[in-house]
Amino acid sequence: MRPTKLSTLACAAMLAAVPLAACGSSGSNSSSSAHPTLTYWASNQGTSLQDDQQVLAPQIAKFTKQTGIKVKVQVIPWTTLLNQITAATVSGKGPDVLNIGNTWSASLQATGAFLPFTSSVMNQIGGSSRFLAGSLSATGAVGKPPTAVPLYSTAYGLYYNKAEFAAAGISGPPATWAEFVADAKKLTKNGHYGLTLEAGQIPENVHLAFELSQQQGGSFFDSAGKPTFDTPQNVAAIKQMIDFMQADKIANPGDAQYSKGTEALTDYATGKAAMVFWQTASGSLAKLGMKASNIGVAPLPLPSPMPSGGKKVTSMVAGINIAIMKDSKNLSAAEKFVKFMTSTPEQESLNHTYGSLPTVQAAYSDPAFNTPAVHTFRSILSTTAAPMPAVAAESQFETAVGTAIIHLYSSAATGKTVTSSMIGQALSQAQQQLGG
Amino acid sequence: MHEPAWFRWARVIVLTLLGLFAIAPVYVMLTASLKPLPDVEGAFRWIPSHLTLSPFIDMWQTIPLLTYLENSLIVCSVASVASVIVALLAAYAVSRYRFHGRQVFSVTILSTQMFPGILFLLPLFVIFVNLSQDTGINLYGSRTGLIITYMTFTLPFAIWMLAAYLDTIPRELDEAATVDGTGPLGAFIRVVIPAAIPGIVAVLIYAFMTAWSEMLFASVLTNDSTRTLAVGLQGYATQNQVYWNQIMAASLTVSVPIVVGFLLLQRYLVAGMTAGSVK
Amino acid sequence: MVDTIRVKQGVTASAPSSPPKRRWWRRGSLPYVLLIPAILLELLIHIIPMLAGVGISFLQLTLFYLRNWRAAPFAGFSNYAVAVNFSSATGQALLHSFTVTIIYTLIVLAGAWLFGMAAAVLTQRAFRGRGAVRTLFLIPYALPVFASVITWNFMLQRDTGMVNQLLMSLHLVGSRPFWLIGQDSFWSLVIVQLWRTWPFAFLILTAGLQSIPADLYEAASLDGAGILGQVRHVTLPLIRPVNRVLLLVLFLWTFNDFSVPFTLFGSAPPSQADIISIHIYENSFVSWNFGTGSAMSVLLLLFLLLVTLVYLALGRRGARHA
Repeated sequence: MRPTKLSTLACAAMLAAVPLAACGSSGSNSSSSAHPTLTYWASNQGTSLQDDQQVLAPQIAKFTKQTGIKVKVQVIPWTTLLNQITAATVSGKGPDVLNIGNTWSASLQATGAFLPFTSSVMNQIGGSSRFLAGSLSATGAVGKPPTAVPLYSTAYGLYYNKAEFAAAGISGPPATWAEFVADAKKLTKNGHYGLTLEAGQIPENVHLAFELSQQQGGSFFDSAGKPTFDTPQNVAAIKQMIDFMQADKIANPGDAQYSKGTEALTDYATGKAAMVFWQTASGSLAKLGMKASNIGVAPLPLPSPMPSGGKKVTSMVAGINIAIMKDSKNLSAAEKFVKFMTSTPEQESLNHTYGSLPTVQAAYSDPAFNTPAVHTFRSILSTTAAPMPAVAAESQFETAVGTAIIHLYSSAATGKTVTSSMIGQALSQAQQQLGG
Repeated sequence: MHEPAWFRWARVIVLTLLGLFAIAPVYVMLTASLKPLPDVEGAFRWIPSHLTLSPFIDMWQTIPLLTYLENSLIVCSVASVASVIVALLAAYAVSRYRFHGRQVFSVTILSTQMFPGILFLLPLFVIFVNLSQDTGINLYGSRTGLIITYMTFTLPFAIWMLAAYLDTIPRELDEAATVDGTGPLGAFIRVVIPAAIPGIVAVLIYAFMTAWSEMLFASVLTNDSTRTLAVGLQGYATQNQVYWNQIMAASLTVSVPIVVGFLLLQRYLVAGMTAGSVK
Repeated sequence: MVDTIRVKQGVTASAPSSPPKRRWWRRGSLPYVLLIPAILLELLIHIIPMLAGVGISFLQLTLFYLRNWRAAPFAGFSNYAVAVNFSSATGQALLHSFTVTIIYTLIVLAGAWLFGMAAAVLTQRAFRGRGAVRTLFLIPYALPVFASVITWNFMLQRDTGMVNQLLMSLHLVGSRPFWLIGQDSFWSLVIVQLWRTWPFAFLILTAGLQSIPADLYEAASLDGAGILGQVRHVTLPLIRPVNRVLLLVLFLWTFNDFSVPFTLFGSAPPSQADIISIHIYENSFVSWNFGTGSAMSVLLLLFLLLVTLVYLALGRRGARHA
């Protein structure tokens, strides 16, 4: 049966009318007028999406009163933020201002969709010297203008249970790895462990591997940006991690199943383990019912003696940056908003509410940040923090190396001994995935 | 209908085992939804040591659950009904007529089930953006775009399945109806559709549930006010905390209307009227 | 589809008593008209984006070119070469993932169909509480995937999960095994996917059973067929069209499914359960390497198309012999 002329024509017309994938067309994000409206994609920082809206609303109102610029805030869950940013990049239709995870900076920079913070833009928002050097280092590739500016900072610390330490007769947190293992062994008995690891999750593994590798004097990328995974220093760093479980036996082999991002902290909070490596967690620990007086935090231990070339790094630079989309129709309004969000009063207020650390030095004079924990983290951020490799292939690196470490932990947990050469093999296979 | 004893025993045993298999995780979800947060990741107990109703109360505040529920119900109902209607028309053509291009159409439409969503996602988003700029019909950030997307996603299976169900309905039924003077479409509506009710209901349920659980496209095609449950439930995983107990409580709660729907619809799964009608 | 007598539009067994109604469509074009809505929707939402997706596989579409696709350098078949180079680590991993996925899919498919068929047959004759039992079986289908599969993750934890608790208290194991890592992770995935899939098979088969006239069962039992015999000789042949579609789509969906393995194991599944949809996702899309991911997906599409065409051809031959 032949199709009618009518239906053939209809199909042809349809095909012609639908435009094929057009490239970054500049959509109008908001009205350009004397009082424009900005669209701001906030990330989830508080206890819930509602909570974020409630925290931001009065601050936004302040901004609107000061400048007359209205801001429409959308709070996006972390699980969908990157998808939405990708769609915005591809289609040109997105917000004016948005939060990004700071480890995404170099990758997002490579798309060219974000406004570079050149010195003139930096001056608009108050200059780059206001920011903590550590926080500012995680804003894009070395040698290029930052693709975002730091908004909220966090760092890794060694959380330890003060009550359990006291009961075991340990006077204070360990400063060297040797002390750490000894303390953890003392605390590991009767189903209770000295250390708990989120050993099934990519970011937690990669961050620790990075920190330990820096301490060994290693690095995952060379100065030209080429991957250098399979080096003795990196192998030593990962061996140290796996040994916590297989040789030192201070971590539960069951930790290799911990992939949801919450189990290790819960084990620490509920007293199943005495120590955990985690980012600033006071809010979460309270929600998990841990007594504040039991919470102790110190920088991660360092090797003693330091290996040659080793750096005193106890944390990667963690945090959230704020960026402006290049396609925004309201660039100057967007810059004003970024200036507002990084201004000292806002930094004090928001970071205090969220339990993170201000990214501008001036904010630390606020007495609210005068607690021992904040002092510890501030000093970590200022003196012993290093940014993750600022290369475009950063997320590929995290996936490849993180997955390799997870599989190594699984082998160790299920009884196979993990040797240095196995680690080297896994790392070089991971490197091949990056085409290196 | 004579049922031998062994059959009755087999039925009880098999159905009980299947029932336990189906229900076991639901029990775990229920206990998790009644525990304080630190206990959820603790050792499993048949009766939790601390019981609390607060997840069921807090869950409405942590995310705008009611809004998301509303959005999901609207999007999924409209998409599933629309999908079944379009699919019925196409399935009737595929089942009852041998036309040129029938195989090509069938296989092409099925091939869309073999492509990962992420590869459609970005081109589709770009198309929607362009369409909305050209025509002013807002297809992203709106429920309409999502409805159109979901009804298309469920079309291939719906068409194949409805055609298969229609194939089990004898042609004599169509012909008997046309004898009474109605055209083929009349026969279709008055006779074939009623005979195909179980199949239609099954496909309707499938279309609804597929739209209900779709996450990837919903995450990109919706905004704060049009977000659906599948994406919205992820809001319980906040920056610092994942509220497992509230996730379980919310999931159980939003499933109640679905299960009630199943209870009401399942009797139509047996509304077949062909038995004995063609002699 | 079952071959039956070709039905000519408008021709009926006996002459109609009233003149045929005036049609607004041309004779012979009815099937095409009926297809138009489906075709238009599929073109807009599926076919054109899919073609764009295939086009991407020939480009080096990485994050540098996300903003401006047309500027992405033409990569020819190099993305494909990376995927099929079985001597490289990437190629070998892809092959391994493919093998694991096929085996897992076939097992889940067989299990889901068996459970679904058993339940459909057993609930066919009325008994008290049948409606409740049917609804009970559909509950796994009703629950949101994320929540239910995360629950399985909780249940399968070695030290705290319900499964090991039960196994230990029933003395079925001596020591608590790992279910989420190691050898048994494959079986965990199979069981969880089976748990989610068999209710759907049950739904489709229950509806399919309804079109079988009751008198055929009567006739068979008079011929001496017991219940199993009736299933073999009456039920199975008559639901053949439904079964054929069901098995095919169950295969395709299980093979391509992303959310169950991803939710159960997280972004780095154990190698014993390295399902191909996750594998492709982690090796390409996560790092915005859409060109490679697209090439791998096209290869997958070609494989599945081949399977489908072979399956349909075999089915048609079988129908002719029946």
